Amino acid sequence: MVGMKNSSNTYLPVQRTARLNNWKKVFSRLVRNKSAVIGGSFILLFMIIVFFAPLLAPYDPIQQDMLNKLQTPSSEHWFGTDNFGRDIFSRILYGTRLTMIVGFFSVALGATIGVLLGIISGYYGGKIDSVIMRIMDIFLAFPGILLALAIVTILGGSLINVIIAVSFSSIPIFARIVRASTLSVKKLEYIDAIRALGASDRRIIFKHIFPNITSPLIVQATLNIATAILSASGLSFLGLGAQPPTPEWGAMLSDGRNYLFNAPHVALFPGLSIVIVVLAFNLLGDGLRDALDPKNKD
Amino acid sequence: MFQFIVRRILQTIPVLIGISILVFSMLHLIPGDPAQIMAGESATKEQVENIREQLGLNDPLPVQYFKYIGHAVQGDLGTSIRSGRDVTEEIESRIGITIELAFYSTVLAIFIGIIAGVISATRKNSFIDTGIMVLALFGLSMPNFWLGLMLIQWFAIGIDLPSWIPFLEDTSWFKPSGWGSFEQMVLPVLTLGTGSAAIIARMTRSSMLDVIGQDYIRTARAKGVKESIVIYRHALKNALIPVVTVVGLQFGTLLGGAVLTETVFAINGLGRLIVDSIATRDFPVVQGSVLIIALLFVLVNLLVDIAYKLLNKRIDFE
Repeated sequence: MVGMKNSSNTYLPVQRTARLNNWKKVFSRLVRNKSAVIGGSFILLFMIIVFFAPLLAPYDPIQQDMLNKLQTPSSEHWFGTDNFGRDIFSRILYGTRLTMIVGFFSVALGATIGVLLGIISGYYGGKIDSVIMRIMDIFLAFPGILLALAIVTILGGSLINVIIAVSFSSIPIFARIVRASTLSVKKLEYIDAIRALGASDRRIIFKHIFPNITSPLIVQATLNIATAILSASGLSFLGLGAQPPTPEWGAMLSDGRNYLFNAPHVALFPGLSIVIVVLAFNLLGDGLRDALDPKNKD
Repeated sequence: MFQFIVRRILQTIPVLIGISILVFSMLHLIPGDPAQIMAGESATKEQVENIREQLGLNDPLPVQYFKYIGHAVQGDLGTSIRSGRDVTEEIESRIGITIELAFYSTVLAIFIGIIAGVISATRKNSFIDTGIMVLALFGLSMPNFWLGLMLIQWFAIGIDLPSWIPFLEDTSWFKPSGWGSFEQMVLPVLTLGTGSAAIIARMTRSSMLDVIGQDYIRTARAKGVKESIVIYRHALKNALIPVVTVVGLQFGTLLGGAVLTETVFAINGLGRLIVDSIATRDFPVVQGSVLIIALLFVLVNLLVDIAYKLLNKRIDFE
């Protein structure tokens, strides 16, 4: 607590430095975790593909070439071609963009709404808390994919609607986690002290409570990107997500179903891509959880 | 205990009301005129008006809601726009398959998950432990619809293996579609159960490790109790308590996950009914099916909470 405040709204660097040191320690624990590093490296690779897909892809992802349809993998077409003769490798590279966009944005949207609701619920308590949490219970009463399915039915199938639909199922998860963390932070003495000094609710929430609940939030967000990618590709597989000829992995898998007998590679590679990207986020999420766990001090 | 059960049941009432409002609103949240959307673009004015009348869309919203709920409570979920059959009838003819699929998948997941979790925990940090946990992570990260397609490819269509491998010239052991016979059920159950098996294995492992580290286990070992008894009689019994919650939640999740599995294996369950009805814009069927699955999910969660409380009397719910 030494030197936490020296006037009503400026901080001595002590607190900030302590927080920075803490993150440094977390980072050093994280890089010592082999599986987290593997997961992180794959995510980095996928991010590079997101930005450089047009430079990396050897072919146009939607250019049809009926003379070369359903070709098996070769040096010309690394992952073969699909039923319209399109190069699967190029489609997967472009599909990475959609996958990562859906993953990040749906979690960002779900987390933003969930965090706000969770903090308000935990901080103010009482009736507001009851109302918010009962509404969250209602959303939790639908198995994730079903809620997303219902929302896409209402909004119609498109990439943006998939993002909205998938984000909805993560709102109650974030709200619950953040509410629980807020409740425990709120009880700390220094929050009382700050309040006694006359800080406003908004200031307490954003300057003092929020920075203290980021650890569980980061872990949950990372793991949720994995779930979001799975749900979104599921919706596209059902024909409710990205529409043809968009190179979306779930939709590509759906195309591949019809060629399992004579061209199984059409379904193989999009599926493998989903597995790798989801695995990467799960590995990083698990690693972050261990690194941020207060029990795992060096 | 009785008080707890009553209180827990009372707590589900607002959730049930919320679910009913949400499901009811589905139809009204669709941009545009629901009657027109359901009738299709080429429908005549008369047809659209018929659908509007059939769904009672001319009444004020609250009246429509109370009518919907009033009928639903009596088992009337409306009429399918496409088939003209009662929605309840449609659901009744399909729901058994979906519950069977989710049930067998949960049983498989429990069986594999708990065994794998215990083996992993008792051989912590060994090669086997790492292997099981890597497999579990893969199970968790695999889209089940892709796993389903791959299983069809390997074990229904079959793969060409070199002829010198005995007994394995042909791997087309199972059927790629339908539901009912053993050959038809193996692949869908494996497809749907794998993800849950992975979750249960991870949960069992961490729960076992928690328990094994506790004093009473050390005491039992110090007293010279046989290791197998320590693990299976002392540790596992307590380690399984948190696993119960996960198992219950998984059953609910699998009811939802059946949507994809049923689509992959062309199984005529409730999940496929939902997907087909979305495609044909048959909203009364979609609403009814979503409502039923949500109700089942709430019921399962209620039972899980009660089971958890019975198993662990120390837990004090607010």
